[in-house]
Amino acid sequence: MKLPEFNFDFMGRRKLAGGLSIGLIALSLGALAVNGLNFGLDFTGGTLVEVGFPEGVDPEEIRSQLDDAGFVNGVVQHFGSQTEVLIRMPPQAYGDPAGLGDRILDTIRQQAPGAAMRQSNFVGPVVGEELAESAGLAILTALAVVMLYILFRFTKQFSVGAVVALAHDVTLVLGLFSLLQWTFDLAVVAAVLAVVGYSLNDTIVVSDRIRENFRTLRKGAPFDVINRSLNQTLGRTLVTSMTTLFVLLALLIAGGEGIRGFAAALTFGVVIGTYSSIYIAANMLLVMNISREDLVVPEKEDAKESYP
Amino acid sequence: MVGERLIGLSPAKQRAPNTYPLSRYLFVLLVVSLGALYAAPNVFAPDPALQIKPEDPDRGLSAAALERARTALAEAGIVLKSAELEGGSGFLRLASDGDQLRAREVVMQALAGGEDHHIVALTRASTTPQWLADLGAVPMSLGLDLSGGVHLLLQVDMEKFVGDRMRSMEETARDALVAARIRYVGRNWVQGTELRIPFQSAALRDEAAALLAEQFEGFEISETDVDGRPALEFTMVDEYLRQLEDAAISQNLQSLRNRVNELGVSEPLVQRLGRERIVLDLPGIQDSAEAKRIINKFANLEFRLVAMPGDRASQTETQDYRGTPTTLLRRNIVTGDQVTSASQDYDPETGLPQVSIGLDSDGGQRMNEATKDNVGRSMAIIFIEQKPRARTVLVDGEEVVERYTVEERRLISVATIQSALGYNFRITGLELGEARDLALLLRSGALAAPMYIVEERTVGASLGEENIERGQLSVVVGFILVMIFMVIHYRGFGLAANLALMANLMLLVAVMSVLGATLTLPGIAGIVLTVGMAVDANVLIFSRIREELKQRAPQQAIAAGFDRALLTILDANITTFFVAIILFSIGSGPVKGFAVTLAVGIVTSVFTAIMGTRALVNLMYGGRNLKALRI
Repeated sequence: MKLPEFNFDFMGRRKLAGGLSIGLIALSLGALAVNGLNFGLDFTGGTLVEVGFPEGVDPEEIRSQLDDAGFVNGVVQHFGSQTEVLIRMPPQAYGDPAGLGDRILDTIRQQAPGAAMRQSNFVGPVVGEELAESAGLAILTALAVVMLYILFRFTKQFSVGAVVALAHDVTLVLGLFSLLQWTFDLAVVAAVLAVVGYSLNDTIVVSDRIRENFRTLRKGAPFDVINRSLNQTLGRTLVTSMTTLFVLLALLIAGGEGIRGFAAALTFGVVIGTYSSIYIAANMLLVMNISREDLVVPEKEDAKESYP
Repeated sequence: MVGERLIGLSPAKQRAPNTYPLSRYLFVLLVVSLGALYAAPNVFAPDPALQIKPEDPDRGLSAAALERARTALAEAGIVLKSAELEGGSGFLRLASDGDQLRAREVVMQALAGGEDHHIVALTRASTTPQWLADLGAVPMSLGLDLSGGVHLLLQVDMEKFVGDRMRSMEETARDALVAARIRYVGRNWVQGTELRIPFQSAALRDEAAALLAEQFEGFEISETDVDGRPALEFTMVDEYLRQLEDAAISQNLQSLRNRVNELGVSEPLVQRLGRERIVLDLPGIQDSAEAKRIINKFANLEFRLVAMPGDRASQTETQDYRGTPTTLLRRNIVTGDQVTSASQDYDPETGLPQVSIGLDSDGGQRMNEATKDNVGRSMAIIFIEQKPRARTVLVDGEEVVERYTVEERRLISVATIQSALGYNFRITGLELGEARDLALLLRSGALAAPMYIVEERTVGASLGEENIERGQLSVVVGFILVMIFMVIHYRGFGLAANLALMANLMLLVAVMSVLGATLTLPGIAGIVLTVGMAVDANVLIFSRIREELKQRAPQQAIAAGFDRALLTILDANITTFFVAIILFSIGSGPVKGFAVTLAVGIVTSVFTAIMGTRALVNLMYGGRNLKALRI
């Protein structure tokens, strides 16, 4: 099986793509502003209990049972199957917050003695804040380090292009989670950072080829050089996206409820990351007027780079 | 042309195109073999087992005790695979997972009442062959989300601890001043880590400064004014505060380790985190509520004489004992800190639960001195328990959980001293549960500072098993999908890439095992993702070869493809590696597991793509006269 020879006019549609990206970013930011993120237990603090029952149960019944026992403002829902229930409970006014999960379990077991604890998590408010802070810090640090490394290895146009592409990807993934109100927890933060890693990988492969072509092709406007580079790397870009999507599909199907958010964020991120390395990173080069002179290096260094 | 120079200068100059020297092939083979060796232990599923050890680690388990456990299990109809003595502990391997909890009960009962107190822990005994274990090859340890268990993050309440210390310093100072007849003003001198004592005159202040200087080691002493009166100010030096904190935390750690042992956890993790926190990982614990109750219990004992009519009121206090107010001396004879052994058993006469206690030499002497002149007088035992409490309060319109501890003191026994007491005695008057807990807590030592739970993550055994199954399934499904795709798309080269991918997976598992990394569910997700992304390096090389084929002969195209893709591969992977490191630094357990696999996977995949695939491709195509190449 062979992919055909590509000769798309990628950059010819860059305005359209740019408009699309700006639209999507606006939509994401709008969703984030209006809906916010549906933060998971890791960041809000509180208690989460997953209970397995011998037979199917109605979450509504569990909720009223907990209400009667004086646990207020809880959310009860099915988790993966009819026999499993996830209970989220904010801190209550009385009693030891760390023991809330045990008290909820005791209450449920009074009615359903066969109920089994599958997982029980408690995150104190201080810890939640710390986790949120370090997660935000991690994403920002990642962007900064990447920018510096590319600045060192390439030029400032590539550096800005890569970071804009990454910020674009992160924003859209956050936007999706905000729009669909999926739970945003630490695992999703890990996925977002993995998306950063993946998208970056892609961007660098494309940038590498653009730089090489600027140096080896003696003629051609930046517009054509970039177009040609994108076409040359397109085969690889598609194959890698495809194998990565295969394994993510495996995770989505077989991985279970516990890592669904993680796998979903990555799947969306891989698609967006592939798109952004073409239309954002490369597009930014044209926006910032890259020219052959930016990439011409003294003969000596050129030689060194050619013989790794 | 750049390309020609490149080929001309490559190390394969004197040999046929695309062949490695033999040593290079051997090197790749060696690395892969080592990988296979160190990944191998993960294939052997461990046996469910019980570990039995005497409480006193120096004694070692006796063969007789092991035999008793074995007989009891046989009588209970629980099938054993083997029973061995190993390094002072007994290991009983069970045939079935489901028997583990029941077997523990049976063994605990069979060993109770003997000379030694035994700890029986649930564990998993490795089935790795001995020769592999001798090479240092061990399986990866499973994270709590896979093995099931409890993860706790405990906050040590330093404020309370330091506050207590300050108040005790205040008392010391007051006693010293009273004894030296130096007049002071007021009573409440403590404010945070400062102590201000006002005096009537500067002369008295100077006298006091000379007196107290010795006792306030670790404090900075300065002269100041309080409400216009000359005063002394004692400020705790930061370094001393750190020392206090360190000492308190290490005592808490020690006590926690002892308690966790008592709970029967075979491979616990008890570790200080940052300045004021302790992490506790208890794999395999089924009843988290029970574990939390024991771990965070703050209980102690005080032994005192009951007051006589002549005693001064300032030295006594009154407490309730079974409805009767009883006046006691304030001074302790001994406290729980001086207890060296404690076990719960039954009073042979009444059949009621009791706690038998042994004191250390200092405590025994004090007890003897205090009781020998006081035969006929009564001795009281006070049971002290610190109970953590929380309430929600409004601070600036926001709901904030406020923590505090309630100290409960209860007279559990008032008994007449029949004769001089020594190092060993017993306490009666407790309920069974209380007696058992008290014995455990006295054995494990008191906590120096109270703690509260700020994070808990408990995974039940059933969810853990499910996570393992799902993880394995995702790896296998992902792996197969990628392999099929690669063969269809790249034919012979795809085969080479697939072999490299297998080697990559094996090396990844081997490196994680050798590093002692813990496998978690996100870690498995990291492995799956690595499988998907690791082929990228190969894809880069292969598509480059395809391009080069348009301008070059097959052998040159292969060489140029590998050489030119190298820099791109390194650039792309180094940056991703940075991201993995940042991910690792954000800290929380599960995310760390993901970051570790991602980082290790990047290293192994670069190796297998650059060295491994190249070696395979060289073996398949190198040195031959290729007219055409299908890729």
